[in-house]
Amino acid sequence: MATRHSRSAARLMMAPAVVLLLGWMLVPLVMTLWFSFRKYLPLRGGDLGWVGFDNYASFIRSSAFWPSVQVTLTLVVGVLAITLVVGVLLALLLDQPMWGQGIVRILVIAPFFVMPTVSALVWKNIMMDPNNGFLGHLWRAVGLQPIDWLSQASMGSIILIVSWEWLPFATLILLTALQSLDSEQMEAAEMDGAGPLARFGFITLPHLGRAITVVILIQTIFLLSIFAEIFVTTGGAFGTRTLTYLIYQRVLESQNVGLGSAGGVYAIILANIVAIFLMRIVGKNLDA
Amino acid sequence: MGQILLEKVVKRFGDVEVIPPLDLTIEDGEFVVFVGPSGCGKSTLLRLIAGLEDVTSGRIVIDGKDATNIPPAKRSLAMVFQSYALYPHMSVRKNIAFPLRMAGFDKAEIDRRVAAAADVLNLTPYLDRRPGQLSGGQRQRVAIGRAIVREPAAFLFDEPLSNLDAALRVGMRLEISELHNRLKTTMIYVTHDQVEAMTMADKIVVLHAGRIEQVGSPLELYSRPRNLFVAGFIGSPNMNFITGPEADKLNAATIGVRPEHIQVSTTEGRWKGTVGVAEHLGSDTFLHVHATGLAETITVRASGEVGLRHGDTVWLTPEDDKIHRFDSNGLRIE
Repeated sequence: MATRHSRSAARLMMAPAVVLLLGWMLVPLVMTLWFSFRKYLPLRGGDLGWVGFDNYASFIRSSAFWPSVQVTLTLVVGVLAITLVVGVLLALLLDQPMWGQGIVRILVIAPFFVMPTVSALVWKNIMMDPNNGFLGHLWRAVGLQPIDWLSQASMGSIILIVSWEWLPFATLILLTALQSLDSEQMEAAEMDGAGPLARFGFITLPHLGRAITVVILIQTIFLLSIFAEIFVTTGGAFGTRTLTYLIYQRVLESQNVGLGSAGGVYAIILANIVAIFLMRIVGKNLDA
Repeated sequence: MGQILLEKVVKRFGDVEVIPPLDLTIEDGEFVVFVGPSGCGKSTLLRLIAGLEDVTSGRIVIDGKDATNIPPAKRSLAMVFQSYALYPHMSVRKNIAFPLRMAGFDKAEIDRRVAAAADVLNLTPYLDRRPGQLSGGQRQRVAIGRAIVREPAAFLFDEPLSNLDAALRVGMRLEISELHNRLKTTMIYVTHDQVEAMTMADKIVVLHAGRIEQVGSPLELYSRPRNLFVAGFIGSPNMNFITGPEADKLNAATIGVRPEHIQVSTTEGRWKGTVGVAEHLGSDTFLHVHATGLAETITVRASGEVGLRHGDTVWLTPEDDKIHRFDSNGLRIE
């Protein structure tokens, strides 16, 4: 099928994309590695030469490091849990035949199209603001003291915002998986005496296994680098400083590019550890 | 015990009446085949009996109990689906054990029954495989195994062999017939294949547009079809229908002669014609003959190999006592 001629033509055709991707990935990666070994303070003398592993040592010794790792993982796990549980329930609902199905589905998908910065602003000002927010009004309406969500329940609030953004993605993937479930299997289970809960547990959930795996893997990749939502809402205060945010603070707020780059390398390592664990746990679902 | 009674059962989907009022009795231990062309409502009828569809009106009585509003799981029926509907993530063992597990049997009893079913169906070596690792015939047997472990009052088969290749189909047909002889449980079997119906059934129900055209034993349907539809549907190759002067001679609107009831001769006979297509099967030869004076092409089944080719002149003589006569409404004239 593939002649030598067509193979070399294929290589030629792919070359621009490969070169572009390589440049896009390799240049920043190499620069990050380069800076992580240098003392580089842009406003305080610029590039001050080699320092070996000093940046790595001081980044990990910083009192902010381990809490930031913990916050990052809490955020990822929290959002995954909410989007998966609610996503499965929503997908089950949307799979039912109902009037106005098309419109409802579009509405459910809508949050995914809102930019992270915008949705964080919307949540911060319209929903969670203690004076003017909808939740504040709701609390006052039933005679309660409004809660300043983003300072008193900062982590939960951010998990909620990010979950709201990612729920459509999870729902959509799970819904398409649900629609591919053979209806005769459900009927067979019904005849076999399985009630609705048993049918869900024994038939639907195993069928969704692969879709759930896809959701977990893709969401984890994006959730590890959540930034805009934190920047817009808490600015990293109130225990919401993730590793990504800590790196941003080191580079731009402390103007220490070397230290931030070392943090970036740690972030790469963390992402890979998470990826290895995930592939071990859920990756086997993708086989066969 | 598995007597099933349908009384004035009606099924409508919106305004479309799929099953007009229908009465049918299925006796305990009978092998009943619902047969008809696609879209005739045979699968719907089976699903009504199973409880997977609600009847619009009428009553379904199973074992003397009104089952019309009983959910499918409580009707003590087991069903084998066209797609087998095996649970892909469970091993064969777990698939077969599933209905028992749902019914809350203890582990020892489940193991005993699964082993017995696997033994009957020659599935013992495959118990720990997944359905995806099995061939079509093996999957079919797993589906049957899942049905028999429950020891139901009746089995429902929804075109179970239509996904198998021709050779396997003949084998499975025998296995299902043997299973019925051994279990003596009521079986209702839906198919569009009249050969399956003829070979397996104690009683055939011919359905057409939701109506029962005729109920009877295979031979009854073959030798005394009640109307043109049944006459044309049962038997392979199909019955020849002849209208016009030849039918008028016998005081009928249409006469029907089965291909195997026509004598072929190269020298003399009632109808003269030329051979069109000749299909040589070895055991039989099917001749499609254009007879002069008849509008229709006549199919003839000659036993063994006859040395006739395209364009040869032949004479055909129907066996007089095997001619079926039908009136202008398509009903049989005795």
